[in-house]
Amino acid sequence: MKLTMASSPHNHSLKSVNKLMTCVMLACIPGILVQSYFFGIGVLVQLALALICVSAAEAAILKVRNRPIWPTLSDGSAWLTGVLIAVSIPPLAPWWVVVIGSVFAIIIVKQLYGGLGFNLFNPAMAAYVLLLISFPVQMTAWQPVNDLLATPLSFVDQLSLIFTETTQAGITLDAARQVIDGATSATPLDHIKTAVSQNMTTTEAMDNIAFSRFAGEGWQWVNLAYLLGGLYLLKAKVINWHIPVAMLVSLSVCSALGFVFGGHTGVAFHLLSGATMIGAFFIATDPVSASTTNLGRLIYGALIGLLVYLIRQFGGYPDAIAFSVLLMNMAVPLIDHYTQPRTYGHGARK
Amino acid sequence: METLLEQIESGKLWQFPGGIHPPEQKFVSNQIGIGNLPLPEYLVLPLKQHIGANGQLLVNKGEHVLKGQVLTRPGTNWSLPIHAPTSGTIADIKPMPSAHPSAMPELSIILTPDGEETWCPLTSRESIEGLDSKALIDILHHAGIAGMGGAGFPTYVKADSAKQIEYLVVNGVECEPYITADDMLMREHAKEIISGIEVMMSILSPQYTLVGIEDNKPQAIEAMRTAANHNDKILIRAIPTKYPSGGEKQLIKVLTSKEVPSGGIPADVGVLVQNVGTLYAVSEAVYKGKPLIERVVTVTGNTIHTPQNVWALLGSEVKHLLHSQGFTPVEDQRVIMGGPMMGFTLPTVRIPVIKTTNCILAPDNQELAVAGQEQACIRCSACADACPQTLLPQQLQWFAKGQEYEKLEEYNLFDCIECGACSYVCPSEIPLVQYYRVAKAEIREQKLEKVKAERAKERFEARKARLEREQEDRQNRHKRPARTAPAKDKVKVSEALERVKSKRPEQSAVQAAIERAKAKKADDDTSTLEPDNSAVALERAKRKEQARKYKEEKAQSSDDSAPKDAVAAAIARAKAKKAAKAAQETNVPEQKDSKKAAVAAAIARAKAKKAGQSEVSDAEAAASSDKDPRKAAVASAIARAKAKKIAQGNDQADETAVQDSDAADPRKAAVAAAIARAKAKKAAKAEEEAQPHSDKPAEQTDAEPEDPRKAAVAAAIARAKAKKAAKTAEEAQSHSGEPVEQTDAEPEDPRKAAVAAAIARAKAKKAAKTAEEAQSHSDEPAEQADAEPADPRKAAVAAAIARAKAKKAAKAAEEAQSHSDEPAEQADVEPEDPRKAAVAAAIARAKAKKAAKAAEEAQSHSDEPAEQADVEPEDPRKAAVADAIARAKAKKAAKEAEQQTVLSGNTKEANTLTDSETAQLSPENKRKAAIKAAVERAKAKKQAQEQEGNDLS
Repeated sequence: MKLTMASSPHNHSLKSVNKLMTCVMLACIPGILVQSYFFGIGVLVQLALALICVSAAEAAILKVRNRPIWPTLSDGSAWLTGVLIAVSIPPLAPWWVVVIGSVFAIIIVKQLYGGLGFNLFNPAMAAYVLLLISFPVQMTAWQPVNDLLATPLSFVDQLSLIFTETTQAGITLDAARQVIDGATSATPLDHIKTAVSQNMTTTEAMDNIAFSRFAGEGWQWVNLAYLLGGLYLLKAKVINWHIPVAMLVSLSVCSALGFVFGGHTGVAFHLLSGATMIGAFFIATDPVSASTTNLGRLIYGALIGLLVYLIRQFGGYPDAIAFSVLLMNMAVPLIDHYTQPRTYGHGARK
Repeated sequence: METLLEQIESGKLWQFPGGIHPPEQKFVSNQIGIGNLPLPEYLVLPLKQHIGANGQLLVNKGEHVLKGQVLTRPGTNWSLPIHAPTSGTIADIKPMPSAHPSAMPELSIILTPDGEETWCPLTSRESIEGLDSKALIDILHHAGIAGMGGAGFPTYVKADSAKQIEYLVVNGVECEPYITADDMLMREHAKEIISGIEVMMSILSPQYTLVGIEDNKPQAIEAMRTAANHNDKILIRAIPTKYPSGGEKQLIKVLTSKEVPSGGIPADVGVLVQNVGTLYAVSEAVYKGKPLIERVVTVTGNTIHTPQNVWALLGSEVKHLLHSQGFTPVEDQRVIMGGPMMGFTLPTVRIPVIKTTNCILAPDNQELAVAGQEQACIRCSACADACPQTLLPQQLQWFAKGQEYEKLEEYNLFDCIECGACSYVCPSEIPLVQYYRVAKAEIREQKLEKVKAERAKERFEARKARLEREQEDRQNRHKRPARTAPAKDKVKVSEALERVKSKRPEQSAVQAAIERAKAKKADDDTSTLEPDNSAVALERAKRKEQARKYKEEKAQSSDDSAPKDAVAAAIARAKAKKAAKAAQETNVPEQKDSKKAAVAAAIARAKAKKAGQSEVSDAEAAASSDKDPRKAAVASAIARAKAKKIAQGNDQADETAVQDSDAADPRKAAVAAAIARAKAKKAAKAEEEAQPHSDKPAEQTDAEPEDPRKAAVAAAIARAKAKKAAKTAEEAQSHSGEPVEQTDAEPEDPRKAAVAAAIARAKAKKAAKTAEEAQSHSDEPAEQADAEPADPRKAAVAAAIARAKAKKAAKAAEEAQSHSDEPAEQADVEPEDPRKAAVAAAIARAKAKKAAKAAEEAQSHSDEPAEQADVEPEDPRKAAVADAIARAKAKKAAKEAEQQTVLSGNTKEANTLTDSETAQLSPENKRKAAIKAAVERAKAKKQAQEQEGNDLS
C-alpha cells in the first residue's frame, strides 16, 4: 500500500494568512462605515481605487519577480494595505493621490524588500508619509463632516471632485470644504495646531463648531468604530493585546501629563481624534513590521504612543501615527534583539 | 511565604508558557475498553527498541522459544533484552524496516507463533519486601523495560539515579490528541500502576510522587485517586488540558515549578519522570515476573472501523493492528505511529509495534488536513506565543533557512522539544519543526565533523612525533657505527684532529679557508712553500662529521638524492678523468656507487696530482656518499687546493687527503673551494718552471645545485685568481688546459652564479691580456650554464659584463696567440623573464664588438661566441629590442673595426643573420623575430661547439 509521508505535526490550526488578513479587513468595516457616514461616499471611492491599484501593482510586480500571482495576492495582505491607505487619506483627495500611494506601498515598500514578511516598514504608513510629504495640500484637505458643510456634496460631486478636482458646478475642493460659517475647516488636530500657534486659549480652540464633543464632530465616532473593530481582533486572537494597550496607555499617560502641565488637549481628545484607534489596532499591530517578542511589543507600542504625543504636541504635522510607526519600525530589530525571552531551562531558579 | 514543598502539598500547579489546544479527538478511541488482538502470523522483533545498545542474540534460527523467554542478553551501554512475546519458532533473524521515521532496517528476530502461548517459568512475588534497590533495578533491567511514553529510555538506568530524587513525577498526561492508551490503562489498571509507582518509590525514596493527569480524563483521575488512596505520598494531580503539558519538562514545571536546566536531565533538579505505562510494566515485572512483551496501543482515526485501544504483542505489525480493527484506506492515506503532533508517518504498514509505540493513527484527509503550501512568514509570532519552551520559533526559522548555525544555537535551538506547537499555529503553514530537525541534524553533523577533524589532527601530530622520534633513534643508531666504522678513516680523522686541535679548534670552514688563503699568500711572498695541511685536515674531519649527520637527516628524503648523486658522479667522473690524465699511476676506483665513486675520484685526483708532482702515488679511496653536490664540490676544491699546494711546494705530501666531506652549507663550502682554487692558482703563478701538461681541471660541477649562487661566486673568484696567476706567470708554456668550470647546472636561481662567473671570466680575460706569450692552448671554456634558471636576468647581465671585459682584455692583449677557445657562456636558458637578460646580452655584445674593433692584431683564434641565449622567453619583446640594439651597436663596431682578424665567427654570424630582421621588426613580429634570433644563436652555438671540438682536437 502506498502511504503518504509527511513531517509532524500532522494537524494544523485553521488559521491562515488569508484568514488573518480577512479578519483585519472585516474589523475595519465599522470604522469605514462611520467614516463614510461622516465624510461622504468619497471614502468608499478611495477604497475601491486603492484595492484596484494594490491588486494591479501586486500582480505586476509578482509577474516581474516571477512569483506565483494568485497564491500571493490571495493572502490578502496587499488588500489590507490598500484599505489602510484608503482610510488614511482625505476622502476627496484627487484620484492620483491614492494611486501613487498604493503603487508605492506595494512595489517599493513591500515587494522590493522581498514581499510579504520581508518589508521593514509598514507599507501603508510609508505610502502615507510619502504622500503627506509630497502632496501636503491634498493630503491635509480633509473636509468637515457632512453636516457642517455649507453646501452638501452629492455623490456625483464627490466623484467629480476626486477625479476632476472640481464639482460639476465647477467648485473646487477648497470651496467645497467650506463650513457653514464660511471658514475652511481642518481636522480637529489641524485646528488645535493652528489654534495653539495663534495663541488661542483651549476654550476658544475647543469652542469651534467642529468640536461638538470630545474630539471633534465625527472623529470620535470614527475612532470608536475602529476601537470596536480592534476589540474584535483581540477577541479573535488575530492580534495580541500588547501593542495597542501599550500604545494607548502610553498616549494617555503622556496626554494626561501634558494636560496637567497646561496643555490644550486632554486624554480623551488624543485617544479619539485623528488616527489613534486605527493606528493602535490596525497599523501598529502589523505583524511584519512590528516587534515579535511580547516585551518588545510593549516597548514598541509604548514608544509609538510617546512619539504620537510628542509629534502631535510639538511637531510640525497635525497627526503622528504614520511617523511614529515608521520610526519604531526602524527600532524593531534592536528591540527584538534585546527582548529575547528567557528560554525554558536557561537561568532557571534552582 | 509557603515553601515549595508546602505549595506542592497544597495542590498548587504552575503554568508553562505557550501551549496549544488542538482538537483532542480522545473520544474516538476511549469509548470501549482495551481489546485483545488475535495472534499475528508472525512477529518482527527488532533487537533495538529503545535508546541504547542492542542486546546480544541468544537464539538461533529455527529455535523454538517460549513466551517470555529472553532472546537477547543485555550488555553494557544501556542495553536491554528483548523477550519472546509468544511461544513459537524463530523463523529468521535479519534486518527489517524499523519503527523509526526513516524505517531504517534494523536486525530483527522473526518469530512464528505456535499458537500455544506457552509461558516460560516466571518468578512471581507477593511483595517487594526484602528486595533492595539493586535487586529491583536488576528485575527492571532483565524485564527489558524502557520508557513507554515515547523516547524509550531504559528504565533501569533512570531508576539507578545517582542523584537524590525529591519528586517522582508520573506522567499520565497524555496530551497528544487521539491517544488514549494511558487513559485506558489508568482506568483499567490503576492498581497495578500504583504498585509500580510504589516499586519505584522504594527504589528512589522520593518525598512525594506526583501523578499528573490532564483534566480531560476524569475517569482515569478517579481510578488513580481510588487506587492511591492508601498512600498519602502519592498525589494525583489533575492538570489543565493543554498541549504539550505531557512533555517531561512541561510536566515538571506544572507540578513542581522547577525547570530542568538546558542540556540537563530531570534528576538535576531532583525529579524523575515515569510514564504510567512504564510503571504498569514495572509492576508486572516485579510482581508477576513478566517481562515487557506487550503494550497498549491506541488504534484510531477515521479510517478505522473500531477505533480502540488494544493489547498488542511487541513485534506485531501495524498492518495486523489496522486490519484487526477494520481499516479502509483513503486516497493519500497516512498512517502515523504516535499522535498527530509528534508522531511520524510510516512508509509501510509492515512495521512492528515496539516498546515505545503508543498509537497507530490512520486519519482521513478531513480530520487531519494535509499540509498546505508553505507561505511567507509574516512575523506574526504566533509560534512564539505557542512555544512551551519560550523559544522564538520565527527567528529560529529565519536562521535555519539561512543556515546560520551559530545564531541558531544562540537562540537555543537545542532546547526545542519538537512538540510541533509552532507549526500547528503557523498561519503560513511553515513546517517549522522540520526546519529545526534539519538544522539540528546539520549542527550535530558539523560537530561530529569537528570532533573527527580534531581526532585526525591528533593522530597526525602523534604520527609526526613518532616519526621524529624514530628518525632520532635512527640517527643515534647510525652515529655510533659511523664513528667506529672504517678504522683507517677514523685513525686519519683523529690524527688530523689531533694535529690541528691546538691550533684552531673552533674554526669554521670558511675561516679555515680564508686562513689558508692568507697563509698561501704569505707563502707566495716568502716562497717558503711549506704546505700546511693540518688545518685543512681538521676541516675535513669536521666536515666529514657534519656530512654524516646530514646524510642521516636526508636519508628519508630520497627524492632529493637522485640529482645530487648524479652531480656527485659527474664530479667524480670529471675528477677521475683529470686525475687519470695527469697521474702517472692512476688508481681509478670502480664506480659502483656513484657517490662513493665521486669521493674516491676526488681523492684519486688529488692524489694523482700529488703524484704527478711528487711522484708518489698511494691513492686511497675513502668511501663516502655525497648526497649533496655542493659539499662534494667543496671537498674537491679543497682537494685541488691541496694538490696545488703540493705541486707548488714540490713537497711530498705525507698526508692522504680524504675527501668525503659534505658541507652543510654549500655557500661556505663554495667560498672555501674558491679560496682553494685561488691558492692553487697563486701557486701556479709563483711556480717557476711549471711543468707542461699540468692539466688542472679546476672543477667540473655537473651539479644541479639548489642554490648555486654563492658557489658560483666562489668559483668565479677562484677562476679570477687563477687567471691572475696565469697572467703573471712567465713562460707559461704548458698546455694549461684548464676548463675552469662547467656548470651544467640547472639552478633555480642562477643569477648570482652567473654574475660570479662573469666576473671570473672578465678577470680571466684581463689576465690573458696582460699575459705575455701565452702560447698555451688555454682551453678554457669559462662556463656552460646549461641552466634553466627561473630568473636569469641578473645572470645574463653579469655574463654580459663579463664578456665585455673579456673583449676589452682581448683588445689589449698583444700577441694573443693562444687558441683561447673560450666559449664565454652558453646560457641554454628558458627564462621566465628574459628581458633584462637580453638587454644585458645586447650590451655585452655591443661592448664585445667595440673591443674587437679596438683590438689590434688579434690574431688568436678567440672563438668566442659571445652569447647564445637559446631562450624561449615568455615576454621576448624587450629581449628582442635589446637584441636589436645590441646587434646594431655590434655592427657599428664591426664596421669601424680595423684589422679584425679575430675569428669571432659565431657572434658575427648570428648578428648578421638577425640584423636584417631587426630592421623589419614591428611590435607584433618581435616575438617571432626573437625566436628566430634564438634559433640562429642556437645554430651559431652548435657551430662554435664544433669549432671548439676541432680546436681541442
